[in-house]
Amino acid sequence: MPRLKLLALQLLVAIVALGIWQLFSTVPIAGKLWLPPFFFSTPVDVAKQVIAWFATGVIWKHLVITLWESMLAFALGSAAGVLVGFWFARQPRVAAVFDPYVKMVNALPRVVLAPIFTLWLGLGIWSKVALGVTLVFFVVFFNVYQGVKETSATLVDNARMLGMSERQMMRHVFWPSALSWMFSSLHTSIGFAVVGAVVGEYLGAAAGLGYLIQQAEGSFDVAGVFAGMFVLSVFVILIDLMVSLVERRLLVWRPQAGAQPTD
Amino acid sequence: MSGQTAAAVELREATVAFRLTGGRTYTAVEQASLEVADGEFVAIVGPTGCGKSTLLNVAAGLLRPAAGQAAIFGAALDGLNHDAGYLFQADALFPWKTAIDNVAIGLEISGTPRTEALTRAQGWLETVGLGSFTQRYPHMLSGGQRKRVGLAQVLIRDPKILLMDEPFGPLDAQTRQIMGNLLLELWSKHRKAVLFVTHDLEEAIALADRVVIMSAGPSSRIIGDWRVTLPRPRDIFEIRLTHDFHALHREIWGVLREQVMKAYGQGGQAA
Repeated sequence: MPRLKLLALQLLVAIVALGIWQLFSTVPIAGKLWLPPFFFSTPVDVAKQVIAWFATGVIWKHLVITLWESMLAFALGSAAGVLVGFWFARQPRVAAVFDPYVKMVNALPRVVLAPIFTLWLGLGIWSKVALGVTLVFFVVFFNVYQGVKETSATLVDNARMLGMSERQMMRHVFWPSALSWMFSSLHTSIGFAVVGAVVGEYLGAAAGLGYLIQQAEGSFDVAGVFAGMFVLSVFVILIDLMVSLVERRLLVWRPQAGAQPTD
Repeated sequence: MSGQTAAAVELREATVAFRLTGGRTYTAVEQASLEVADGEFVAIVGPTGCGKSTLLNVAAGLLRPAAGQAAIFGAALDGLNHDAGYLFQADALFPWKTAIDNVAIGLEISGTPRTEALTRAQGWLETVGLGSFTQRYPHMLSGGQRKRVGLAQVLIRDPKILLMDEPFGPLDAQTRQIMGNLLLELWSKHRKAVLFVTHDLEEAIALADRVVIMSAGPSSRIIGDWRVTLPRPRDIFEIRLTHDFHALHREIWGVLREQVMKAYGQGGQAA
């Protein structure tokens, strides 16, 4: 399908959906409104709310807070995940000892930790960062652990036969291997970092997109809830686009499916 | 033992056993004795699962024999064999390094400055016919091209011994022949002791000075050793058509055939 046509069709979906929403929430059909604005708001009201947020500039503070929390959660969680994953993969005994506890913590729905983090770290950003870290850590940890453990035996033998010392193997074989596995979980882990931040804010905060949505919900401001959701999804899409760019830059050596040349 | 006359690789009654889960042991190779002279090209042929690669790993120092000994230029091998370059059957290039970095790494790790390593790597890539593919990552190269990079990666370190484990196994028939000719060309220029493992008898005869036959596993032994007197330089395309080649092939196959059948009779699941 040509690019322009695809774009037109994609836009059409949005227009039709918004049109139906606007229609059913403002024009009575058979004597009643099918989508009462009290529960569903209207696209126009939601748009007005979004524009008002940006016009007055109140939204920036919340966006920056959420972005900052997500970034911190991602950075800390990834760093811890890579280090621990690497360590466990190279020390099978340590991995065996900790195995049941890792499984146990990972099995726990992380949301239940939010109140504890709030208790320990207060209502500021750090309780949200902590929640995000617990989510990001496990994604990265499992990927790196598996990746390093499954580094091809032939590759390791080859490195040894080429004369690499233990330290050189770390640098040229295990480290790139671990990083590539971390990057392969980049989309998921950044997504989880945002989830951690927003859920944390939703459960108790003084700022952030999650807080904004929670506030609107508390005052039955449905337009505010939808507006918050809209801003949040655009925010996540932008981050995801950036991740894709970074990924394309860093993983040039990765084969794309179906792109294998033949003899 | 004097350093002058000692064989490049010598296995003395090497026995290799693996411990299986459940405490039993599996003897892969039993009392294998083999000598490869300096500059000599020896091919090991045997049915699948006969422990050919095991023998190669002993010569590389990646495996320690349960009994017997390996000696490299007269010195008993303890740990890795640093005189050897090893070309593996499976892909062993670093996927995150470009072709040129993959070749240069062998020099860089022993302390050669990067610019010099890159210049020499460029030279080696040109030698194996990949001068214009230096910036490609392994996944952007075909199977044959990857083997060429692998060959350059091993040869740039100028090892005295070259160990090759069915290096051209995964390639198609034409590419194998081209690679075989390339290997012979490089070998005639940089004489090294070569220990070449294959299951393809034709390939073995076409390439080697000597063909060694192993019996079917487990507990495989070396059961035959033929000198290939075909003239050099050889062209693998041409040499297969000569009378001498056929005569030798028939003679060795007479022995090998029985072992191949035995290997398949044991289930042949290793195919």
